[in-house]
Amino acid sequence: MNQIEFLQITASFKDKVFRLAKRLLISTEEAEDATQEILVKLWSKNESLVAINNVEAFAMTMTKNYCLDQLKSRRAGNVKISHDNFTDKSARLDKILEDGDSLNWVEKIINQLPEQQKLIIQMRDIEQYDFEEIAKILEMNETAIRVALSRARKTIRENMSKIHRYGIE
Amino acid sequence: MELNKIEMLLEKYFEGQTSIHEEKELQKYFSSADVAPHLDQYTPIFGYFSQAATLELKQETQVPTIVKGRKRTKVWLSIAASIVVMLGAGTYVYFDKEVVSQDLGTYDNPEVAMKETQKALAMLSSHVNVGIESVICLEQYEDSKKLIFKQ
Repeated sequence: MNQIEFLQITASFKDKVFRLAKRLLISTEEAEDATQEILVKLWSKNESLVAINNVEAFAMTMTKNYCLDQLKSRRAGNVKISHDNFTDKSARLDKILEDGDSLNWVEKIINQLPEQQKLIIQMRDIEQYDFEEIAKILEMNETAIRVALSRARKTIRENMSKIHRYGIE
Repeated sequence: MELNKIEMLLEKYFEGQTSIHEEKELQKYFSSADVAPHLDQYTPIFGYFSQAATLELKQETQVPTIVKGRKRTKVWLSIAASIVVMLGAGTYVYFDKEVVSQDLGTYDNPEVAMKETQKALAMLSSHVNVGIESVICLEQYEDSKKLIFKQ
């Protein structure tokens, strides 16, 4: 496989890899680095890549593992600031009402979910993968994925309706 | 689309039982202008999902040109380096030996050789005998020891 062929194959899913990485790592720069890393890793596997029938699923699994590793090492490095601005919801409410940007709220709520639920929400609700594919990528069974997905969706719903109703009830 | 159906789909959706097709229907409904007021709270959720799916990687992807070639040159480089080091060490050892085995010259006349040898030995012994006088006084101790510990 030459470079051009490789780039053509990866072009179809590199955005998905990027979005998944961003979902987990949150920072855009880190997600870009992760995507680059995954592509280089895939490229170094060049010959064996032909034998894999679903390169996209393979790449998604790699991304998942890579990002979780990154998060682990970051946690060890004691850098965990992304969730700090969440401790005090009421203080920021004025601002929320002002910009009324509820899409950002959804993103913030998703960012608060456990990693696995983030992964599943990303792949199901955003990338619209089949349960079968998700099961393959995450190396889980479908029932467990449905349960986790339902839990994640309900958490989003609860938090959103809390925000929606704030001050009314 | 009837409201009933949407409500039913939503119920299924939150249980994780909807198909991709049904989820697309929900997305379509919530992206439309006429969402029922009591369902309005779900609009941002589906809005966010379709917005998040449009996010793209802005960075150019780069792939290292030839992975194998690079590895080869590294191997060759290390071989070349080791040859240079070995050559250096070899020449050093080789020339060093030559210096050691250098000719120091000789005497043709045996008398002159004898004289020179004696001179050299005398010089050596004079250096060896330095300080011997101070050792002589030790004999005094030896004598007195014998006097005291007479058996």
